[in-house]
Amino acid sequence: MNAVVEEHHDHDHKPTGLGRWLFSTNHKDIGSMYLWFAFTMFFIGGALALLIRAELFQPGMQIVEPEFFNQLTTLHGLIMVFGVIMPAFVGLANWQLPMMIGAPDMALPRMNNWSFWLLPGAFGMLLASLVMSIMGLGSAPNFGWTFYAPLSTTYGPDSTDYFIFSVHLMGISSVMGAINVIATIMNLRAPGMTYMKMPIFVWTWFITAYLLIAVMPVLAGVVTMMLTDRNFGTSFFDAAGGGDPVMFQHVFWFFGHPEVYIMILPAFGIVSSIVPTFSRKPLFGYSSMVYATASIAFLSFIVWAHHMFTTGMPVAGELFFMYSTMLIAIPTGVKVFNWMSTMWRGALTFETPMLFAIAFIFLFTMGGFTGLMLCIAPADFQYHDTYFVVAHFHYVLVTGAAFSIMAAVYFWLPKWTGNMYDEKLGKLHFWLTCISANVLFFPMHFVGLAGMPRRIPDYALQFAEFNQIASVGAFVFGFSQLIFLYVVIKCVRGGEKATDKVWEGAHGLEFDLPSPAPFHSYTTPPEVK
Amino acid sequence: MSVQPDNQTTENPKIIGKLLIVVVAMFGFGFALVPLYDVFCDITGLNGKTGDKVNFSTAPTVDESRIVKITFLASLNESMPWEFKPQQSFIEVHPGKPTTISYIAKNISNKNIVGNAVPSVSPGLAAAYFQKTECFCFTQQELKAGEEKIMPVTFIVDSELSEDINEIALSYTFFTSKQNNEDLADNTLTAKSINTFK
Amino acid sequence: MRAVTRPLGLVCLLLASSPTLAEYQLNLEPGVTVTSQNAYDIHQIVMWICVVIGIVVYGVMTYSILTHTKAKGHKPATFDDNLTIEILWTVIPILILIGMAIPATSALLAMEDVSDSDMSIKVTGYQWKWHYDYVGEDVSFFSNLSTPMDQIKNKEAKTENYLLEVDNTIVIPTGKKVRFLFTSNDVIHAWWVPAFGVKKDAIPGYINESWARVDEPGIYRGQCAELCGANHGFMPIVVEAKSEEDYLAWLSEKKTAQAAANESGNKTWTMDELMAHGESAYITSCAACHQAGGEGLPGAFPGLKGSPIAIGDIAKHIEVVVKGVEGTGMQAFGPQLNDADLAAIITYERNAWGNNTGDMVQPSDVKAAR
Repeated sequence: MNAVVEEHHDHDHKPTGLGRWLFSTNHKDIGSMYLWFAFTMFFIGGALALLIRAELFQPGMQIVEPEFFNQLTTLHGLIMVFGVIMPAFVGLANWQLPMMIGAPDMALPRMNNWSFWLLPGAFGMLLASLVMSIMGLGSAPNFGWTFYAPLSTTYGPDSTDYFIFSVHLMGISSVMGAINVIATIMNLRAPGMTYMKMPIFVWTWFITAYLLIAVMPVLAGVVTMMLTDRNFGTSFFDAAGGGDPVMFQHVFWFFGHPEVYIMILPAFGIVSSIVPTFSRKPLFGYSSMVYATASIAFLSFIVWAHHMFTTGMPVAGELFFMYSTMLIAIPTGVKVFNWMSTMWRGALTFETPMLFAIAFIFLFTMGGFTGLMLCIAPADFQYHDTYFVVAHFHYVLVTGAAFSIMAAVYFWLPKWTGNMYDEKLGKLHFWLTCISANVLFFPMHFVGLAGMPRRIPDYALQFAEFNQIASVGAFVFGFSQLIFLYVVIKCVRGGEKATDKVWEGAHGLEFDLPSPAPFHSYTTPPEVK
Repeated sequence: MSVQPDNQTTENPKIIGKLLIVVVAMFGFGFALVPLYDVFCDITGLNGKTGDKVNFSTAPTVDESRIVKITFLASLNESMPWEFKPQQSFIEVHPGKPTTISYIAKNISNKNIVGNAVPSVSPGLAAAYFQKTECFCFTQQELKAGEEKIMPVTFIVDSELSEDINEIALSYTFFTSKQNNEDLADNTLTAKSINTFK
Repeated sequence: MRAVTRPLGLVCLLLASSPTLAEYQLNLEPGVTVTSQNAYDIHQIVMWICVVIGIVVYGVMTYSILTHTKAKGHKPATFDDNLTIEILWTVIPILILIGMAIPATSALLAMEDVSDSDMSIKVTGYQWKWHYDYVGEDVSFFSNLSTPMDQIKNKEAKTENYLLEVDNTIVIPTGKKVRFLFTSNDVIHAWWVPAFGVKKDAIPGYINESWARVDEPGIYRGQCAELCGANHGFMPIVVEAKSEEDYLAWLSEKKTAQAAANESGNKTWTMDELMAHGESAYITSCAACHQAGGEGLPGAFPGLKGSPIAIGDIAKHIEVVVKGVEGTGMQAFGPQLNDADLAAIITYERNAWGNNTGDMVQPSDVKAAR
């Protein structure tokens, strides 16, 4: 059997044509599909954001109607959360995990294929509701990505039921992906690779996968309750029938808070892979990084009601959730200090991946500070549902998660394609993106503190200047991403040949493979000492 | 075709099985949160949900030294075509003493309507100590066209109520009963009967 | 180079020409109540602690980035752990957090003490306006956005309190602890006045409460703070705090005005009176959806100009306005407006924008149809 398999590998035989992609069971191809899918959705979600920022450029209604504006903000949020950040991280997991642990592929390659192909279907449905809305056939979802009841149940448009179906499909995709990740990491590690020898990116995805399995089904539960409330006469969230709209928020945020950690833990893993490479020093405090990640994941389950301080919670509840949320600052701080200590007295170079990783550390920390401010309940009464919150989550998600994804792509593209990307253009992309992201999101802190609520299409005059600045930043940011697209395509098509090791300071089993990594790699597991 | 180590045929199904159980359990947990939520509210008295009627087997002791002011509020949901208000806006009571007040509801439309009253108490922590021995909550109330009804509420403020609280607001919101909508379907203007979208 | 400077120049010109009617506000305001002051104080404490931590952390990183580079020939060290420092940077943050938690706790406890209020106002959120009911006083009214549509549509210059002005402000006496009781008529809204430090969700079927004691007379503006549908951004809050005397004077004026409005339902109106009153009532209550020119929003809100309802059977028209249309966004306005307002609006709709039916609807017609 082995002999036959060895021959297969000498040819590095790949399937061809459309079938290669539709029926793929190869983690590299599936990883690429996830990444291209996420990249496409990034431009779509980004276009919606530009429409939003165009409307908010000046006071007054210039471009869209308020009702449509609500649809824009809703779809922008849904697309970015479920269609960009999550699939991109899954794509990176697919590409990297098997190579990093010395495995030939994911544990469940066929399920891997289904996990991916569910997504274009789910998002096709969601985007179709937007197209239909533009054609005047009824509203797309318009209740915010957090879809609170009863706005989304009793008062939701017809497209809501399709939104629910869409969420079910995305959820199934994520859960299947998470099961795959866990099975792969638990069962397919090369001999000698104990848990505490795994690369840190593998650890963060391992923990993320457990979070996914725990909370995506709760999301499925809450949208199912919405479905029955809307169509089958139940009253989970309808006070008329004895239900409670606030309970929706409890169940939603029980999913929602771990969800945002699902969207950041892999980012921590990426930064923890890149910083040591370009510092030419080992990661500081490997085991505390693992424990810190695990504690963040655990704590994420007991903080959810910090999104609900204004719902009329009794003081005891407010105090509990304030304290538990403050606790998360400790392991997060430990991670930041560990990255700093990795850089300290290293021999730093600043290629594009490192630039994004350093920007992540600075700017995600900024988002962490505002997160700490937000969890202080008495102050939160002034911040809740204002642009201060919008600023906070865009710092952690854009300059946090999205920057880490860009960093990862620059870091591993040479391994995937065998070609170095254009470093000059990469740096241009970085500086334009980093500066414009700050021009876009920093002023939001000010208008939020000054009293501007979120999810409004028009605002009072005192908020005009900072909104204008933010809108300018948004357009620069959006168009700068075209440079990224160009760099990626150019690199896929050719460029200076990459070595196996790619980066001087690189470590890890993936860097023992040739660049580009062969279609089937580590069919024989390596020895790990 | 990729090569898997030999133990995959046994190890993978084991893990997948365990994880699937977790998935199903968490899905069930989402639904379990519904009754759990109620239990938690009952035990801690948080959230301002008042329960249904209670019965006292022995008359509770009256605390003459304390006065608690109760405010009565009445709301109608959406376009409920009733008039609904409490007969009095405030009352001062001693904890432990049963008190009866009334709400008045009048159906000012020309159709028979069934309503459902949802109670709420604020502050939330007082809810567990605000006990009703007679009320019209959660039961369907039908008012014929033009009919007016007096709906009494008898309550006792438990003397265990925290010393910090000396004001309680009781609110009722009337919703049109869902079952009602089917009966009304023939008579009410609906989106279909008005062709307003050109 | 020109390709960059020209658009850049345009952008700067645009920014420079924008209306600058207010100072830039960079920070939270201390406000006028103990609650808002508490929120401000704890905000300042936490923010400045974060700033200091930020300076230290960013400073260390910047130093490292500038000094420990390969370009400068720095050779990489090999250490990858240090138990002492790891313990230090776990314990010190814990102490800092405790230091924050103590004032935060006392601020919160002070804010949530609703007892011993002097008066109560029931606040009900509607799509898309607020309703205020002075409990026990028999004074209640709706408060609608009063910024003209023309300003929103950029046909007229925007005035100072653009989007933060209403037709009926809520008035409270200074020096008194006012208890606010919140609920909603439809979806979840939130009542927020930054100067008071009060923000609470208004939830259908449930009551929430908060309080404010304002010592300084003045006008305080706020907005709805929970997404509640299309016009979430267009339902502001304006509170006037007056001395107790002035408040009582306002209260009795309001009672008289309300009684008069109810009486107006009994008289017979002329066409001119109906049209004049109808136009302003229509702008307040109907134009947000049906638009000032009656053209509606195709696909969302039907037009009234030339519509079969507005030109056809009067009784049906009255029924639509008074009872609403089940399953659509058309609310029943019967419970919200009095007979005179409704009669005037319906008359206006039947005659404006070229509809010209010549029909007059009297308050008594509306009353009969309820």
